[in-house]
Amino acid sequence: MGGLIAYAAYIPYNRLKRGEIAAVLQAGGGRGTRSVASYDENTTSMGVEAARMALRGLPGALSMPQRIYFATAAPAYLDKTNAATIQAALDMSDAVLAVDMAGAVRSGVGALLAAQDAAVPTMAVLSDVRFGLPGGADERDGGDGAAAFVFGGNTAAPVIAEVIAHASTTAEFLDRWRLPSDPTSRVWEERFGEHVYGPLAVAAFGSALQQSGLTPERVDHLIVTGVHARAARQFTATCGVSAKAVADDFSATLGNTGTAHAGIMLADLLDRAAPDRIIAMVVLADGASVLILRTTKAVAEHRGNTPVAAQIVAGNDGLSYATFLSWRGLLDREPPRRPDPQPPSAPPAYRREDWKFAFVASRCEACGTRHLPPDRVCVRCHAVDQMTRERLADVPATIATFTVDRLAYTPSPPLIAAVIDFDGGGRFRCQLTDVNPAEVAIGGRVEMTFRKVVTADGIHNYFWKARPIRQAAAPGGGLT
Amino acid sequence: MSSRGIRDRVAIIGMGCTRFGEHWDKSTDDLLIDATSEAVASAGVRLDDIDAFWLGTQGSGFSGLTLSRPLKLPYKPVTRVENMCATGSEAFRNACYAVAAGAYDMAMAIGVEKLKDSGFSGLSGATPPSDGTGGFGDITPPAMFSLLAPAYCKKYHVESEKMKEVLTRIAWKNHANGAKNPRAQFRKAVAKETICNSPLVAGPLGIFDCSGVSDGSAAAIIVRAEDAHRYAQKPLYVKALSFVAGPASGLIDPDYDYTTFPEVAAAARDAYTQAGVRNPRAELAMAEVHDCFTPTELVLMEDLGFSERGAAWREALAGAFDLHGDLPVNPDGGLKAFGHPIGASGLRMLFECWLQLRGEAPAERTIDTVAAGKKLGLTHNLGGGPGECVSFVSVVGSEPSA
Repeated sequence: MGGLIAYAAYIPYNRLKRGEIAAVLQAGGGRGTRSVASYDENTTSMGVEAARMALRGLPGALSMPQRIYFATAAPAYLDKTNAATIQAALDMSDAVLAVDMAGAVRSGVGALLAAQDAAVPTMAVLSDVRFGLPGGADERDGGDGAAAFVFGGNTAAPVIAEVIAHASTTAEFLDRWRLPSDPTSRVWEERFGEHVYGPLAVAAFGSALQQSGLTPERVDHLIVTGVHARAARQFTATCGVSAKAVADDFSATLGNTGTAHAGIMLADLLDRAAPDRIIAMVVLADGASVLILRTTKAVAEHRGNTPVAAQIVAGNDGLSYATFLSWRGLLDREPPRRPDPQPPSAPPAYRREDWKFAFVASRCEACGTRHLPPDRVCVRCHAVDQMTRERLADVPATIATFTVDRLAYTPSPPLIAAVIDFDGGGRFRCQLTDVNPAEVAIGGRVEMTFRKVVTADGIHNYFWKARPIRQAAAPGGGLT
Repeated sequence: MSSRGIRDRVAIIGMGCTRFGEHWDKSTDDLLIDATSEAVASAGVRLDDIDAFWLGTQGSGFSGLTLSRPLKLPYKPVTRVENMCATGSEAFRNACYAVAAGAYDMAMAIGVEKLKDSGFSGLSGATPPSDGTGGFGDITPPAMFSLLAPAYCKKYHVESEKMKEVLTRIAWKNHANGAKNPRAQFRKAVAKETICNSPLVAGPLGIFDCSGVSDGSAAAIIVRAEDAHRYAQKPLYVKALSFVAGPASGLIDPDYDYTTFPEVAAAARDAYTQAGVRNPRAELAMAEVHDCFTPTELVLMEDLGFSERGAAWREALAGAFDLHGDLPVNPDGGLKAFGHPIGASGLRMLFECWLQLRGEAPAERTIDTVAAGKKLGLTHNLGGGPGECVSFVSVVGSEPSA
């Protein structure tokens, strides 16, 4: 039974203003924004981004996760383990057990509990892309994002929050479901779900409080989320926890990110919560799961360095509805008169796993020159096979020059190619993402991000791109 | 390392060159037969007289069968050569060496490309199976070469509007030359406003900054220099052949600044040494250079030693490289207007030297430098892009050196 030792949430850069939907469809829409995974993101790539940030918060090698549980309702692959891509992108040991918990929204809280239960350091990665048909509630109210939590198992790593109680109820009923072959979910009449969820939530919450010896008034921060917004609101209003303790559910800014959502809300609280505070997390999905956590003194020193609030502020809400639809595959645009993109081939991708997935370059031991991609022969001193591996995924770089390629195939034209020079040496030519061509400038600072470059012939081509380093000040402040 | 060259040991005795362009009604076979037939007729020889063949094609066929099958060559050696956009020149270089070595008395170098059958914009070569992390798959050639323009501006303090004027003038000049060439793909002069305002393709480059994607073939017949006068009154002597493949360091070396092709500078140095050229700007009557995109031609003027570093943009604007400038560059229209069927381009450049240096160019595009007594021409190709490329430079002349 381990305590939480590191965490992070990843909020994709793009937002869709809900008013854009109404402007185009003359119906639907609403106020606020939802978060949108870019055309080059999916649940796996967003999971990698969240996990990278979480691992940066680890105190040392002894607490490196030995297991990864990856939860998503929108797996990039079936049959094949998506957590293996995350393991590779994090440059983790191949002794790590990486498994998916894929299909249902409830997998998210399940992965958290499994990670917390493990005796060895274990990371739960929660990620989702919420899809809905144009004009529908799922399109409007859904959101995309990811979160990652590392539990320390039996190690002595400083715990920032401990799970002091857990209780769940499970029930078989049709509220929200989706066939594997269908892109969109189906839901039963809303009031039916509310009727079923009510008692399930009350029973789990009561049991968890009883185990922890707490009363509802003792809860400092309450997270309520799940697949049924009305049932969540109903429970929030009647559970006995003070309205002041209710955490922002980000419905106005991000939408409901499904499998990831409880994780993103928890990450936001951990960004701001004072030590020794009680957090109750209630997830309504095919039953109810309740976790009671208590923050420790260490929370103040081990908060994530990219707070959820800062990521929300840094978002780009200039995404047009037409672009959103084309990213979702709902609006086919005329491609350039160029050959179809080629998928990566399995053996070279396997041979170059360190480079392709973990962005591991090489440095010449004889003269110190960095090589991207890693080479066997040094470009400067021609030494052969005297290279040390060097991961550059977390090294910032500067744009040396760039161009806007309006002819190249890309799922979202135009392609922006940049020549970037890494701090400490090494040059690479790659695509820029999460960027408006007008804001790119020579000398601009960029960081690497793991992306799905293209999907061709049923294969996702994952690789790294650069994106501008954006520093937004976190609004608001700490919680009392 | 030595590079001795084969100055004046071999000569061209006949050439052929098809019209370049959209040959919807001709196949690769047709183009090869047309270029071969013209070359053979030009030299006054029979196909049977040719002992060995070097065929350059980047992707329009594989193996020597691509040539032997349509020509029904009876059990002759045919070598298929590929070296990106320098493919045609590479076929020529190797054919010259075979003759100079004495292995054959008469060889043909022929290049061909059929690009317009693909239906795509720009080039679309097949790439080997890869790990999907980059290479030529992600960005297009115009995007790669577009990196030259802002880098040049930054280094030499040229305003971007001024650079647009320079690039426009290069395209305008080559279109003006191509308009006078019945074999060129584009045979209309184009107004500077049209060039300048053409839709953007990559970076500052519009469609008029890009060379023509086309079909075509060109061929040369080579014999030992001492035999040349048995076939041709006015043979064209090979003075220098140089070729380099770069270490591709520009893509990974932060010191590379995108204002030069070191491969071209290296190939040019070698060629000038082989040919005994000390001052290319003064000694050359003309140059055919690889103007795949307008900024490429600008940078080449400096890499080939025609201009001082940072000075080519002024000289280009002043008309130094115009048809009647002091060093005409791409008098036949260049890749820009003549078109760029990859495997044929290097031999097409030699074809213009063949016409101009021997006084056979049509009057409307005859350069003044030959009449003024200059006898040398240069051809240049590069394949790849800034940071990683191959480069070829030849010098040919209408007379053996004294």
